[in-house]
Amino acid sequence: MLIIGEKLSIIAKRVREAMIKKDKGPIQEIAISQWKAGAGMIDANIGPAEDGGEDLMQWMVTTIQEVVSLPICLDTTNAKAIEAGLKVHNNQWGKPLINSTSNDPERFPILELGAKYNAHVIGLTVGKGGLPADAEERAAIAAEIMGRAMEYGVPLEDIYLDPLVLQIATSQDHARHVIKAIAMFQEMNDPPMKTVVGLSNISNGCPKALRPILNKHYFIMLMNAGLTAAIADAHEMAEAVQEKKMIDDVLAGKKIDDAKKMTEITKTIDVIMGKTLYAHSYLEM
Amino acid sequence: MAFTAPKETYSGKVYNVTIGTGDRAASFGGENVLPFLPFEGTIPNKPLIAYEIQDVPPTDWPENVQKPFSSVSGDPVTWAKFCQDTLKAKAIALRLIGTHPDRENRSPEDAAKTVKDVLSAINVPLIILGSNNAEKDAPVLIAAAEAAKDRNCILGKAQEANYKTIAAAAMANNHKLIAMSELDINLSKQLNILITQMGFDKERLITDPMCSALGYGLEYTYSVMERIRLAALTQNDLTMQPPLLADVGMYVWKIKETQAPESDVPLWGNAEERGIAWEATTAAALLMAGAELLIMRHPKAVEAVGKLIEELI
Repeated sequence: MLIIGEKLSIIAKRVREAMIKKDKGPIQEIAISQWKAGAGMIDANIGPAEDGGEDLMQWMVTTIQEVVSLPICLDTTNAKAIEAGLKVHNNQWGKPLINSTSNDPERFPILELGAKYNAHVIGLTVGKGGLPADAEERAAIAAEIMGRAMEYGVPLEDIYLDPLVLQIATSQDHARHVIKAIAMFQEMNDPPMKTVVGLSNISNGCPKALRPILNKHYFIMLMNAGLTAAIADAHEMAEAVQEKKMIDDVLAGKKIDDAKKMTEITKTIDVIMGKTLYAHSYLEM
Repeated sequence: MAFTAPKETYSGKVYNVTIGTGDRAASFGGENVLPFLPFEGTIPNKPLIAYEIQDVPPTDWPENVQKPFSSVSGDPVTWAKFCQDTLKAKAIALRLIGTHPDRENRSPEDAAKTVKDVLSAINVPLIILGSNNAEKDAPVLIAAAEAAKDRNCILGKAQEANYKTIAAAAMANNHKLIAMSELDINLSKQLNILITQMGFDKERLITDPMCSALGYGLEYTYSVMERIRLAALTQNDLTMQPPLLADVGMYVWKIKETQAPESDVPLWGNAEERGIAWEATTAAALLMAGAELLIMRHPKAVEAVGKLIEELI
């Protein structure tokens, strides 16, 4: 499992301020911390970056790779910023990953960049019109993206299909559709297609104390479905791996000794699988 | 070979709620099947329709729904008696709309007096509703709950912003309570959890997932109600088993389709018939979605929906 350390996002206040001031300190500190916790790649999310995106992405890539010998996930909707980042990316530590193309024609040029710079590309299984309803619609869009990738000369081994994780607090049914989509995507090619998720979106909008619990359980369940990579907090995922055996035991219908943990795991699995209706206080019921 | 109807079985059951006192007390809920499927289980009570009245004259209602009450609506006590005695109402919903700060801004004491006066004039169950101003509803409903002590009324509506005070008032004075959230099934469940965590008995709750009129988001209310009912019955979700309220009249009689005169839109036909049909259709749809308690305005719409209920159960 490849963990793409997610903590370098413009949404976080500390990171945003460092990006504005071009202050390397906090950026490098977070990158090192994610690397040490087990990240195999670092996500550099600079948002839409309409102004100065090219400079910012180059600065992010070089700043991170100055201290961490890992490839970078170039996370922005600005294609020019992605290209700028690809030009300075140090490929000796692995291929960069572009986040992302989709089935929206506006996002096709991203595939050109993937072919030109020999990069991996995330294919987000959404089209121009709205969100996919279920796993099957995600798979249908994935097939379109795969066709498009071949047309642009990006090998299928370089594509990571992303089923788009939605918030469990508002789109509960999608939690299990995404698990199913991860399994389906792998069947679509031989060797199996690679897959990736933006994991923490599952718990976006949930109470703070609940977020790591949902993230970790969801991670284990996606891992069991064959997930290749997750954009996630490497520290949290290290904890998840520690708890994997307990979660797997409960998933297999076994009883575990820690009764409190047993309840927490059972309730969380039920909420993810849609067997009970989500509410912020679901663990207290 | 004889035909055997395929039957679903459900693991959960909606709570049976009784309101009012004496021989005019009324019950709703209690079923263990989806709406109008008595062959799959039991439906001990028919859905209950309450006539809506308010503490101040209904000058804000469209003329066609003011008309049936024009000789009585100047005073809530006369209005309530008219609904009970002439229209044979099984329950009455008193909306204290005059307490709203942007309206007459009536005081909690005035509201309490209205509640007392109405209760002394009727023997059918009473639903006491605030003006839907979260801040003002808290003191108004506390005073109203005390004025109605031990008459086993329904108090409402408790929302995320004010549920603590209103639930405490309902608990202290032995009333049932409406918990309202805004068209979000997860927040609806969350509010029911929060209220029961205060020690309020979940079997005394009524869930209001927020109503909407036909053409104005009815499908959202329908979908949320349907999913609440499915969670209650198929997942045995105890927090989703209180009966559902459809507060129909208020939402229907404010849209242009129930107000525009025929002279303005000849293709829409007679305005009075149109308004009645709109209210009855909205109510009928929400009965199908799972509503057990309806609050309605026009006597002819109430009559039509009552007939539908009689024919289906």
